[in-house]
Amino acid sequence: MRLTDAEIEIAEILENDARLSNEDIAKMTNKSIEEIDKIIKKLEERKIIVRYVSLVDWTKVDHHQGVTAMIDVKVTPKRDVGFNEVAKRIYRFPEVKSVYLMSGTYDLSVVIEGKTMNEVAHFVAQKLATIDSVISTTSHFVLKKYKHDGTIYDPDDEDRRIVVSP
Amino acid sequence: MDLKTSYLAKHVQELRPSGIRKFFDAAAGMKDVISLGVGEPDFVTPWNVREAAISSLEEGHTSYTANAGLAELRQEIAKYMRNYFSASYHPESEITVTVGASEAIDIALRAILDPGDEVIVVEPCFVSYGPLVTLAGGVPVYVQALKENDFKILPAQLEEAVTARTKAIMICSPNNPTGSMLSAAELEALADVVKKHHLLVLSDEIYAELVYDEKYTSIASLKGMHERTILISGFSKDLAMTGWRLGFVCAPEAITAGILKIHQYAIMCAPIMAQYAGLEGLRNGRADVVEMRKSYRRRRNYIVQSLNEMGLVCHNPEGAFYTFPSVESTGLDSEQFAQKLLHEEKVVVVPGNAFGASGEGHVRCSYATSMSQLQEAMRRMHRFVSRL
Repeated sequence: MRLTDAEIEIAEILENDARLSNEDIAKMTNKSIEEIDKIIKKLEERKIIVRYVSLVDWTKVDHHQGVTAMIDVKVTPKRDVGFNEVAKRIYRFPEVKSVYLMSGTYDLSVVIEGKTMNEVAHFVAQKLATIDSVISTTSHFVLKKYKHDGTIYDPDDEDRRIVVSP
Repeated sequence: MDLKTSYLAKHVQELRPSGIRKFFDAAAGMKDVISLGVGEPDFVTPWNVREAAISSLEEGHTSYTANAGLAELRQEIAKYMRNYFSASYHPESEITVTVGASEAIDIALRAILDPGDEVIVVEPCFVSYGPLVTLAGGVPVYVQALKENDFKILPAQLEEAVTARTKAIMICSPNNPTGSMLSAAELEALADVVKKHHLLVLSDEIYAELVYDEKYTSIASLKGMHERTILISGFSKDLAMTGWRLGFVCAPEAITAGILKIHQYAIMCAPIMAQYAGLEGLRNGRADVVEMRKSYRRRRNYIVQSLNEMGLVCHNPEGAFYTFPSVESTGLDSEQFAQKLLHEEKVVVVPGNAFGASGEGHVRCSYATSMSQLQEAMRRMHRFVSRL
């Protein structure tokens, strides 16, 4: 779908900070609030804006650490539906946070989150590896998240500039 | 006679300290201050540029360079001048890499001024222009760009200020502190006066890349202006490289030869690591500039509308990262406004008169600060103005 420059700009602004009010976005783009309302509604209806989320650093919260694993999955594609059907079988599990079809030595990259390493291992062994078309899985556990979706977790972004300069 | 100052040259004793300093001292110790007084980007230098400097150090590039700067850097600058400024400069004989645009302004003035030569300085302007003319032995003749003309100088004003001693005119577009940008047609009209009186133009184009609505035009690109223009720019604003102190000056060969003489005696060369960083910035930093420009544009739109809504009328600045609202509706002069705002709401703005007489009645608000800080600053200023 082709978007106008204004629609792209608003999608970019919201992608960066979804909590900006429509009034402020209107000011930033020199548009009326009504125009902004209309554009956002369109972006939402067309599922270009899929959802508004917050990036939470759970490692800072006691008893909320959890584990993330990235699983390389090799599958046999099925006639007519290719990889889509097996991808769908996989992404419907709530434990699965993302699924990507990849080029290279494996087919699907699956990100799984669980409370413990055991829980994730159990899920891979019992649910993922047992799907018919899955040939093999290789699990990699995430040890530390430095940056996610373009955001650095512990940014060193203190303003070091002098308060007044010419 | 005060022994402490008696050794100082008279013209230095008489030099007025920058009006900005006062505000810096007042704001520096305060907590929870939001500063719209900063004349530099809020971005950190793009990582690939920083990384290039680190690599250059690892490889042992710690020596002097040619006085005029690394040959490859000058070649990249020449290419950049052609592409962005539509101005053609020979990398061997018409470009000098300097320690910031500030040094470039200084040595350019020293290269062209005989004692008593007049330089027309368009105000409001960057704080160093007048003092640097004086230090170079010249006489600054101030011409006021007026609010009713969106802070753009008119050719008739220039014509009126020209005397037999006039050597050059200094302009800065997009402008610090007003953000105003001279269009191609406006530059043409000024160029006609310059050519008629055989003047030079010292054109500070440090904000050339930060323009938000119209295409940028450099006065050096106009017909017959190459030989009459000293074009000054640098890496500080568009690539967020203020602390690196890297600029350059482009001028016809004979003038460059003079500039280079002063540069080699005074400075030798710009720091080599900064030069390598600048090289990377010109080669691979343009995508970052595009992103930063987008971000400034949104903030400009936001702050201009917010200020106008609270009754601080301001024109739409086409470039740089400053707005220059009028505070006349508050009944305060620009210093009172800035002082009171700082003490009551802890927001720093710079009084317009720090940039020249025609800046009185205005304050400079920089929007080179994060959107969330801008939102809070606008809330505080709105509260402040409604109380008055």
